[in-house]
Amino acid sequence: MRSLRDALVTFRRAPLLSALSVTTIAFSLFAFGLFGLVALNIREALDRLEDRVEVRAFVAEGTPIETIAVATADIATFPEVLSARTVTQGEALARARRELGEFRDVFEGAVLPASIDVRLKPGFRSPATVRSVAARVNTYAFVDDIRYGEEWIQKLYRLRNIAGIAGLVLGLAFASVSMIIIGATIRMAVLARAREISIMRLVGATDSYIRRPFLLEGFAKGVMGGLLALLLTWLARLLIDRYIIETVFFDQRLAALGLLFGAMIGLVGSAVSVGRHLRSV
Amino acid sequence: MIRFFNVTKSYARTGTAVQDITLHVGKGEFVFLTGASGAGKTTLLRMVYLEERPTAGEVRVSGTSSLDATPGDVARLRRKLGIVFQDFRLLENRTAEQNVAFALEVTGAAKATIGPKVARVLTQVGLASKGTAYPRELSGGEQQRVAIARALVNDPFVLIADEPTGNLDDRATRGIFQLLREINAAGTAVMMATHNLELIRRQEFRTIEMNRGAIVFDSANQPRMAREP
Repeated sequence: MRSLRDALVTFRRAPLLSALSVTTIAFSLFAFGLFGLVALNIREALDRLEDRVEVRAFVAEGTPIETIAVATADIATFPEVLSARTVTQGEALARARRELGEFRDVFEGAVLPASIDVRLKPGFRSPATVRSVAARVNTYAFVDDIRYGEEWIQKLYRLRNIAGIAGLVLGLAFASVSMIIIGATIRMAVLARAREISIMRLVGATDSYIRRPFLLEGFAKGVMGGLLALLLTWLARLLIDRYIIETVFFDQRLAALGLLFGAMIGLVGSAVSVGRHLRSV
Repeated sequence: MIRFFNVTKSYARTGTAVQDITLHVGKGEFVFLTGASGAGKTTLLRMVYLEERPTAGEVRVSGTSSLDATPGDVARLRRKLGIVFQDFRLLENRTAEQNVAFALEVTGAAKATIGPKVARVLTQVGLASKGTAYPRELSGGEQQRVAIARALVNDPFVLIADEPTGNLDDRATRGIFQLLREINAAGTAVMMATHNLELIRRQEFRTIEMNRGAIVFDSANQPRMAREP
């Protein structure tokens, strides 16, 4: 209770320094938030692309439709398979015409083979898994040809890996910079109260007693900075949506994680700054 | 109560500050610590409240040893000591009452006991009517009285005063010294570092003189007259 009161008193006694700390935390997290927004949207775009990964097994002409249906049901039970669907010759023609738009007449009277279209579950769309599923589907005697855009999948997968690693490295870099800046602002707050701390120690306050209000203060500043950063990121996203490209925003879980991250940075920054100060005096 | 066993304190950059000191200060004693600037008085006092640890030897204060005291032990020891400095070390944004109460708050004293204790010590130091004044509204002597009240509020067994009159005029010095005598008469030991030889000469208290980190005279071991030609 005393720690909470002391933490609040700091905001009242040094409003400018407190506002500076919160703003610095907010802008550090805002930079991190913008990066997060870009990373999230790249991931969304890759997810949408990955969703289109499909194995298409073309069926030999004359294969009874019942045989194809039984095979389709069998393929649907593969653990990697999300769905398997039979596409008859008529459906294949209709789809080709739909996809080709103004060139639809090219297929006038043409006959396209029936196929089994297999979609894979998320997490089973790596080139190796796709190749393995394709090989198993190809073991059916009536399968004439099998296509799954191997090269395209490999490129997509590589892109995803690069995006993941770049995201991790840049994310860590942004987080580290944020922590350093936040640690420095909290150190300023600690130094501003150095005299008070030295007197507290002289009259017998324990280190944990001295530390507590600073930790609460750091936590509160982290949460406030996080909220402000979230608001700024949301405003930035509104502008991007209006003038550049439609984007997705953090869901509630990610927003809460962002706030928690801000709070943790405030807490850890405070702990490190106060700890260092207490060791040095 | 306070014991130094062959204590030496050295610093990497400035060399030896205190050299091979063995000393005992008993219950209720009044001890003057004197010597030129840099003689080691402040370092010796800082070792009493374990702000500094000896490089060699041991300091033992009320059962707490410099050899194995944890930060928690040091905090608990300081609650039993009162410490006063030349520069008062008051918090400028707190009133006299709040400065004194601060020493109780940080030790987790019950809220109901703080007010009466603060009033008692402010009366004891003669500042009953100035409790709501901020340090900038008080004279140097009054500020030092607030610092002494803060040092007394936890009922210490010893009051450590490092040049408490160094910033004060003669009248205020006499007032502060009289206050320290009264505190000592009530049973609290006092260890006071001072340059004020005039003050020392007028008293019959134990006097320890330091020079270059060593004790060169201790009236407890040697009658005062024996030192003078």
